Amino acid sequence: MNALSTTRPTQPQGWRAWLGQIVLYGLFAAAIGTFAQWPPYRHLEPKQALIKLSFTRVGKPVGDCRPLTAAEAAKLQPNMRPTSVCPRERSPLVVQVALNGKPLVDRLVPPTGLARDGAASIYERIVVPAGEQRVAVRLSDDVRARDRPFQREATVTLAPGQVLVIDFDAGKGEIVLQ
Amino acid sequence: VSAAHDAGNHGRRGLRPAALAAWRAAENALDALVTPAANPLRHLGAIGFFAFWLLAASGIVLFALIDTSVAGAWRSIQALEEAPLALGRLLRGLHRYSADLLVLALVAHILREWVHGHESGVHRFAWLTGVPLAALVFALGIGGFWLNWDALGAFSASATAEWIDAIPWLGTSLTRNFLGTEAVSDRLFSLLIFVHLGLPLLMLFVLWFHIQRLTRATVWPPRRLALLTAGALAAAALAWPVLSHPAAALASVPEALRWDWMLLAIHPLTYATSPAWGWVLVVGTLVLLFALPFFPRRVVRAPAAVVDPAHCNGCQRCFVDCPYAAITMVPHPNQRIGRTLAVVDPDLCAACGICAGACPTSTPFRRAEKTLVTGIDMPERPIAALRERLRQGLAALKARDAGSVPLVLFACERGAQPGGVRAGGDVLRVDLLCAGQLPPSFIEYALRDGAGGVLVAACREGGCEFRHGESIAMQRLTGQREPHLRARAAQGDRVALVFAGAGDAQAIETTLERLRTAVARAPLVPEESPA
Repeated sequence: MNALSTTRPTQPQGWRAWLGQIVLYGLFAAAIGTFAQWPPYRHLEPKQALIKLSFTRVGKPVGDCRPLTAAEAAKLQPNMRPTSVCPRERSPLVVQVALNGKPLVDRLVPPTGLARDGAASIYERIVVPAGEQRVAVRLSDDVRARDRPFQREATVTLAPGQVLVIDFDAGKGEIVLQ
Repeated sequence: VSAAHDAGNHGRRGLRPAALAAWRAAENALDALVTPAANPLRHLGAIGFFAFWLLAASGIVLFALIDTSVAGAWRSIQALEEAPLALGRLLRGLHRYSADLLVLALVAHILREWVHGHESGVHRFAWLTGVPLAALVFALGIGGFWLNWDALGAFSASATAEWIDAIPWLGTSLTRNFLGTEAVSDRLFSLLIFVHLGLPLLMLFVLWFHIQRLTRATVWPPRRLALLTAGALAAAALAWPVLSHPAAALASVPEALRWDWMLLAIHPLTYATSPAWGWVLVVGTLVLLFALPFFPRRVVRAPAAVVDPAHCNGCQRCFVDCPYAAITMVPHPNQRIGRTLAVVDPDLCAACGICAGACPTSTPFRRAEKTLVTGIDMPERPIAALRERLRQGLAALKARDAGSVPLVLFACERGAQPGGVRAGGDVLRVDLLCAGQLPPSFIEYALRDGAGGVLVAACREGGCEFRHGESIAMQRLTGQREPHLRARAAQGDRVALVFAGAGDAQAIETTLERLRTAVARAPLVPEESPA
């Protein structure tokens, strides 16, 4: 190896190098340890609660089933003729939520799918004051019977930070508050 | 010395040159504090890799120790906190803080490459393959919080699901999976763990692409830097331990969460604005990063290296030294068995000239042909032109003052620009595309042609625009790499090497002065050139 005269920019040597490295990497450790945990994140104010409204439901068909007409039946093979035909499209959901009589949500939720035959989904997160609240929920899934929605009205006492979930229990066929 | 000549940005104005100047100042300042070997700004890619290795190692151990069920995950990690000798805290802290380090290294690495203009040209491939890594790092980091299934993990999982649900064409609601504690099943949890194990494998695959076009990619930092980084993370893990929040309870939102702002900033941002804005920010940033290489720039790309088959003997030195894997060896068209020929891919060539410096035919002593033709050369600055510049320059200096002993400065044009040298005097400056372009035989040639001493000025260690130019030059001059400087030529303090990046003009001036003094003390005995 050639003993070449080599000049480098001023660099710390010996203990100075170690001191600089300890200072720099010590500061790095402190920074990473601090900002990985601080400042704390407060999602809600101290006296707030959260309502999560979540419905996913396949609405009723938009129309009634009807018998196949003779002309329609004639176009089909005998073994392919259904007794009745039903519209594929599903009803959009009408969702209304009121808190203490004041409307919070009033949405028409369309069904998914190109043929509009999928489930309609709604998710809303509503920050409300903690304490006693009168919650009224209406859900209609049938365009032919908008005057007969599912309904639920209850008085709930929400603790600070509490999450109230408004959902639909398809098994029981009712709106649930949990 | 005129500082105005030593800008390093060649007088350009705008945001990027200003950012580059600031970046170099920061690099130089940290060099002076901790030495270049321990300077994190000079090893950001390697630090990113190191963080990934630490994450993988600590993650494998964690995976062996934790219970991967909804009910057992939090309990098993809680038990780790109580492990003797704080080993559990060390393990957990290393895992988390390595993830934070990866984010910091990633952001700094992107910034560094941008200020150096590395989003286009030969760097375009690495840039484009690097952008998906940014998305993967955050996806991996955020998903890691969920596996603990404490209040923070549950909040992050729920927030992420809400954010994804904001995409209008998604039919199924992810949020419903996190509406209540009973909604989270072991099956879902297994899926989350599977994703957390699968994403690093995908990342490794993309990383492999990311460094495909780099020769000797640094996937491990210098030992001292690795020790310091690991030590800092371990110290942070013990001094600021990563502790669990209470077990997940989706029926409530915790009053305050100890927040990791490096990994989880997207949640507060989304809640402070809206999910749509969150998407605009993330997708917009990714699209911008992808689009940057395609923005028109006024930078003219230098012509690629050219191979002369008649002079290429297939020695492979250029193939080994090329920092961007632009050279491949193919069977030589002269049909001689075993003979190979270097072939340059112009799309990959950065036009650094390191290959020309490596070529054994790049010796100025050759007299057989009128014009010096080398096996591989740079059209922008051929070896023959360098020899002519050297010959004529030395002749002119000697003609001006017959009694003077001129010095030759071979300098990387991207390094320091000493104004005093430009003004003239006893120094002949020969600009190189990179210090690695200099064939060591040129030094001997200069000394035999009347130069009193030779100074080679390379960029700072770790600061070469072409990745390895300064280290390759040093290895050749110190005899550790072929072609090497003959030991006899390096004797007598007549040859010196200085590492001087932009802003280090004074270092060149000082070294030249030292060389001048050495030459004056021991005048050169003229030696006949070899035939």
